[in-house]
Amino acid sequence: MLSHIRSLALVFRHLFRKNITIQYPEEKARLSPRYRGRIILSRDPDGGERCVGCQLCAVVCPVDCIALQAAEDENGRRFPEFFRINFSRCIYCGLCEDACPTYAIQLTPDVEMAEYDRPNLVYEKEDLLISGEGKYPGYNYYKVAGLSIGGKDKGEAENESPPINPKDLMP
Amino acid sequence: MSPTFQNILIAALILFCMLNMAALMIWIERRLLALMQDRLGPNRAGPFGLLVILADMIKIFTKEDWIPPFSDKVVFVLAPAIIMATTLLSFAVIPFAPGIQVIDLNIGLLYVLAMSSIGIYSIVLAGWASNSKYSLLGGLRMSAQMFSYEVFMGLSLLGVVAMAGTFNLREIVDSQQRLWFVVPQFLGFVIFMIAGLAETHRLPADMPEAESELIAGYHAEYSGMKFGMFFVGEYVGVILISSLMVVLFFGGWHGPFLPPLVWFALKLGAFLFFFILCRAAMPRPRYDQFMALGWKVLLPLSLLNVLVTGAIILANT
Amino acid sequence: MINLFYIAALVAIIATVLAITRHHAVHALLYLIVSLLAVALVFFTLGAPFVAALEVIIYAGAILVLFLFVMMMLNLGQDAKEQEREWQPLRIWIGPALLSCILLALIIHAIMGEGSASVVTEEVGPKAVGSLLFGPYMIAAELGAFLLMAGVVGASHLRRREFQSEITGKEES
Repeated sequence: MLSHIRSLALVFRHLFRKNITIQYPEEKARLSPRYRGRIILSRDPDGGERCVGCQLCAVVCPVDCIALQAAEDENGRRFPEFFRINFSRCIYCGLCEDACPTYAIQLTPDVEMAEYDRPNLVYEKEDLLISGEGKYPGYNYYKVAGLSIGGKDKGEAENESPPINPKDLMP
Repeated sequence: MSPTFQNILIAALILFCMLNMAALMIWIERRLLALMQDRLGPNRAGPFGLLVILADMIKIFTKEDWIPPFSDKVVFVLAPAIIMATTLLSFAVIPFAPGIQVIDLNIGLLYVLAMSSIGIYSIVLAGWASNSKYSLLGGLRMSAQMFSYEVFMGLSLLGVVAMAGTFNLREIVDSQQRLWFVVPQFLGFVIFMIAGLAETHRLPADMPEAESELIAGYHAEYSGMKFGMFFVGEYVGVILISSLMVVLFFGGWHGPFLPPLVWFALKLGAFLFFFILCRAAMPRPRYDQFMALGWKVLLPLSLLNVLVTGAIILANT
Repeated sequence: MINLFYIAALVAIIATVLAITRHHAVHALLYLIVSLLAVALVFFTLGAPFVAALEVIIYAGAILVLFLFVMMMLNLGQDAKEQEREWQPLRIWIGPALLSCILLALIIHAIMGEGSASVVTEEVGPKAVGSLLFGPYMIAAELGAFLLMAGVVGASHLRRREFQSEITGKEES
């Protein structure tokens, strides 16, 4: 009996507490920078696409919402010919971000992507690509990898020594 | 203005006010519940979200009114009408202010009790006519619950009746000019309040429609306006019980400075608020515990109340 | 008032006849409720509002709810309806019909003999009923109370034995 009266009093006091409701369209909830929202494709510091079309994200995606086709330019630099994410299927698990070897695919704290037509939720490469570097500024995959492409030979990458000639006996 | 015409006018006015208040209660309850739970509640449609009532109405009126093919159709349609009719008829004897009363019945209190006991049928028949297990269980619970608590409701009021010496509600109000009956009849008031909760089957006593165990209990098969009748009927019932509490225990329209009708409205509002507070604060008890509370605690207490009140009155005369 | 009385009486009679002849148990009960309400109205028009209210509260509001409660538990279906139909062939109506005809004749005779039967319009309030019950009819009221008490004690006793055997049964196993 006493506990009932106490709970009545407690609930009555809550009448004058501050409401925790966030009036959404006018004021927005704070999302952490690591929030898993809309997926983007980021670029190099030089402005080139980071994605090398390795398909790892498409493979790891549990709902198979990523589709892409790799291609190669005249310099031997790989890039996706098309890159399509069907956001009506995406579950925002972030596995693609984990799988990406070049930090190209990233999730952003943006959730406002409602559409009236479902086909509008299929994002193409031009919708996904941003002009910035996302969460990893200064990272350039081709500057780090040992691969030789047009304009950069083997051994010219960062922290890389020139290749050793195995036929040479000199130390 | 002829007295008959005046009577009809008052009756129509009371009916209009009560139905509107019941509709308004939907909004008040949602807002207050939200505030008590540190939320905001419906505040978008119109000023303070008041138009949410209109939206609810449009929804309920335009919804498909489905009568299940497996139901007993006549009884199914009849059931929601009973609860509205009985609760609205009960308002005929409530004295809102001097002169604002439809009929000054000699046995007003018994009339209200009779109407509420007829009101049971609405829910029992709804549960039975739906011909589904959850509805039937809800109906069974309801019949047992209301039937039991009606006993204590009547008994808890006997103290008031004995002190006022009449069943006439207007005279009961008049006899509270000096002292509200809540002071000498506090036990009766508490019992009446619990019985009122059970009678209006509001949370925490909403076992007949407990959504977590019986889906929606007796109105699980109802939709559209028939569900709306149950919905509004519940609020009309809450207003009825609150106004009865005001009339029987809190001196009706009596109060200093303000006009009688304002006093009545203020007291009524306080009780409506209390009903909502109860809903927000109390958990739903187990059904057998609730029935045990009734028969093992409230019944002896109310009998004791009648006995002591009678003894004191006898000693004083 | 006298018109009200006749209308209510007519409703009561029709509802009662329908209650007897319905094959569906719950529908029959509903007609019985209507009949009781009509009887309450008859009491009211005869100047006994207290009895009318009690009729509604106790008979229509409490006892018949229990009837309905049991009916709902039984879940009577089509079989029960057919059985009911078998139990009510036309010839079993002859006896009751004859008896009620005699009663009707008696009533008509009584009314004719009295001349114009006057409906008592004097209102009997709750106070009068109470002082009658606890005055001249004290013994009847007390006996009724004893009977009800015996019922309560009996029900409680039956339930108690059952309950105890349940408990002991559990303890043994």
